Amino acid sequence: MSSNANHSSRKILVLGATSGIAEATCRIWASQGASLFLVARNAEKLAAVATDLRTRGASFVDTAVADLDDTEQHPALLAHAVNALTGLDVAYLAHGVLGDQTQAEQDFNTAAHILHTNLMAPVSLLTWLANFFVQRRAGTIAVLSSVAGDRGRKSNYVYGSSKAGLSAFLAGLRNRVDREGVTVLTIKPGPTKTAMTAGMKGAEKFADVDKVAASIVKAVDGRADSLYVPFQWQPIMFVIRHIPERVFKKLNL
Amino acid sequence: MPEIETQQRLTYKQGSARKSAPGEASFESWGRYPSYKANIIPLHWQSDFPAAVRGIHDAVLPVGLGRSYGDVCLLDQGNLLPTPAMNRLISFDPETGLLTAEAGISLAQILDFSVPRGFFLPVTPGTKYVTLGGAIANDIHGKNHHVAGTFGRHVTEFELVRSDGTVLRCSPNENPEFYAMTIGGLGLTGLIRWATLRLKPIVSRKIDYEGIQFHGIDEFLYLTEASKEIEYTVSWVDCTSTGKNFCRGIFMQGDHSTRRDELKPSPEPKLVFPFNAPGFALNHVSVSAFNTLFFHKQMGKRQVALQDYEPFFYPLDKVLHWNRMYGKSGLLQFQYVIPWNNAREGTVAILKEVAKSGLASFLAVLKAFGDVPSPGVMSFPRPGITLALDFPIKPGKSFPLFERLADMTLEFGGRLYPAKDAAMTAAQFQAFYPEWRQLARFRDPLITSSFWERVTGEQPNL
Ligand SMILES: Cc1cc2nc3c(=O)[nH]c(=O)nc-3n(C[C@H](O)[C@H](O)[C@H](O)COP(=O)(O)OP(=O)(O)OC[C@H]3O[C@@H](n4cnc5c(N)ncnc54)[C@H](O)[C@@H]3O)c2cc1C
Repeated sequence: MSSNANHSSRKILVLGATSGIAEATCRIWASQGASLFLVARNAEKLAAVATDLRTRGASFVDTAVADLDDTEQHPALLAHAVNALTGLDVAYLAHGVLGDQTQAEQDFNTAAHILHTNLMAPVSLLTWLANFFVQRRAGTIAVLSSVAGDRGRKSNYVYGSSKAGLSAFLAGLRNRVDREGVTVLTIKPGPTKTAMTAGMKGAEKFADVDKVAASIVKAVDGRADSLYVPFQWQPIMFVIRHIPERVFKKLNL
Repeated sequence: MPEIETQQRLTYKQGSARKSAPGEASFESWGRYPSYKANIIPLHWQSDFPAAVRGIHDAVLPVGLGRSYGDVCLLDQGNLLPTPAMNRLISFDPETGLLTAEAGISLAQILDFSVPRGFFLPVTPGTKYVTLGGAIANDIHGKNHHVAGTFGRHVTEFELVRSDGTVLRCSPNENPEFYAMTIGGLGLTGLIRWATLRLKPIVSRKIDYEGIQFHGIDEFLYLTEASKEIEYTVSWVDCTSTGKNFCRGIFMQGDHSTRRDELKPSPEPKLVFPFNAPGFALNHVSVSAFNTLFFHKQMGKRQVALQDYEPFFYPLDKVLHWNRMYGKSGLLQFQYVIPWNNAREGTVAILKEVAKSGLASFLAVLKAFGDVPSPGVMSFPRPGITLALDFPIKPGKSFPLFERLADMTLEFGGRLYPAKDAAMTAAQFQAFYPEWRQLARFRDPLITSSFWERVTGEQPNL
């Protein structure tokens, strides 16, 4: 379905485009007339998202079905996307898995899989993307990490450590490419209310996915370094990071 | 009214034969009454139904944003399938205004998309937080019923999926029986997966508004007659006053402004009603005071304004969760339509009964339905007068009144609106809707609702 994107609108690559936060973000970009290249694993879901974004006014939408765990494929996939978009302004990494913590505690392969998807695969993509943007001396990389990476907790430390690694990698990368004109944005969303929880009790406490998406778009536009969404998570995580270990290890988090 | 039946209705919960489902959670309807537990299985993608319920051997019910007041969107101890995450656009034709979207999209999301493009909903209820699927299933009506008919009239086609996996394209020409039974079919015929809606062109966000005070039902009828050519009309009535103020109110009418103007919204902060008001906050005195204030807020007999469509159609949406104002025990609407031959007499009698009861109703909305027919067999509106009343629920007090009001409605040849009901008896429902047996034949064997079980006794065919 690839055709030549002959336009001057912003060119955005989205990895993991069928995830709730990514989809909501893309809707805003689409309504602004952006050109989008979407990557996800499930062809049917990807097609539904692409159709929606086209209808909302995206200048151009192309897709590729790919399993991002397969890092061998990354260079070809990324080159194809850049080609289809005839350039690249923003790369948005939104794929990831929560994984099964209980199973990961017993089985290294489960833990390794979570770490591979959430950390190794992004490292592979980011290496290619950073070098691409550095060469052009322009570009923005926006990545969904998590507040869970700010401190390991017994309820999800495998997922948390993958995000901690990712956040640290991004901080280092930012430090390297900032002087080359490239922006690296680390996004740390808290629990987010997707449309599915509407009408349910208790979900009022979660963040609204459209608001989260709007904050992400704003942070990308403002070339921010990091973003806690909603912003209340910044002071909350500050406190959590500073609880002394001897107290923290006794807490039931 | 035999006290026994009221009692039975209140203890209906215990009569449910279903076992508690795993992972259960609460799903509230807008009235926050009744309160039931159910297993929640949100649908994200079109292929999720019936895939997501495969292996589940218990009743299911698709639901939207829970903006119905009673139990049409509840299923005690069953499986609820919320659809709001299934909200993608599928196509839009700016020439014809035909919009195709997944059924979980809200009217608010449709407006966000369509208004800047110069298109508006053909019919809208008093809140924009309802889904496309929910609007079809209740075949909702708006302030323009007298010219536009119900929502279902503007739905050119939709896809219905049955729990056995059968997919039915429905339109007046394709599977016409399923089309007719699903519009107003209370979600019972299957899951509406997507639908095509015909939007109507506008050139401005603004409404040419006029508010006119009236005293008594005859002035209301006169204004209704005089405004036949105006697209939107609705009246607010003070139902707490008696004597010379009896049935006073404000007649509100408006048309989409025809003068080209801004179509983009100006962002406004939302207010959220933060807590459950204590029960005493809404009593006869406070509601009468509110009503008197509202009546006199409009200074003088007539008021003319050019108003944004948001406050005109959705005055309460700015206060998200205003239903909490009624306290923990919840609220219930009571909405009837009485055909023209008895409309005046019936409305006077019912308003008198309400005033006499001393039970408060904040919102009393009066409107004349027109004679544009609905394609839906079970659709609520009929030509005549409709009145919607809000009541806080006071167990022991509200239900006997509802029962009396429903009986009066029946005597006047009218019927009640299932979307706003948690109180009518099986006998009353079956007299109001003799077509219910036809709906029973088209019902999906796995799908049922607490409403349906209450008013028909029918259990799912598992
Ligand atoms: C403030 C307020 C004002 C209102 N004003 C009006 C008004 O002016 N006119 C009017 O007619 N109504 C009005 N209503 C009622 C409201 O419009 C209806 O109850 C509407 O159907 C609610 O839609 P929902 O998406 O919340 O559906 P829900 O209440 O969640 O469900 C309603 C029904 O739709 C079914 N359903 C939902 N989605 C699907 C689907 N995809 N496939 C099959 N079945 C489905 C459910 O099973 C249920 O039977 C008002 C409600 C409120 C709260």
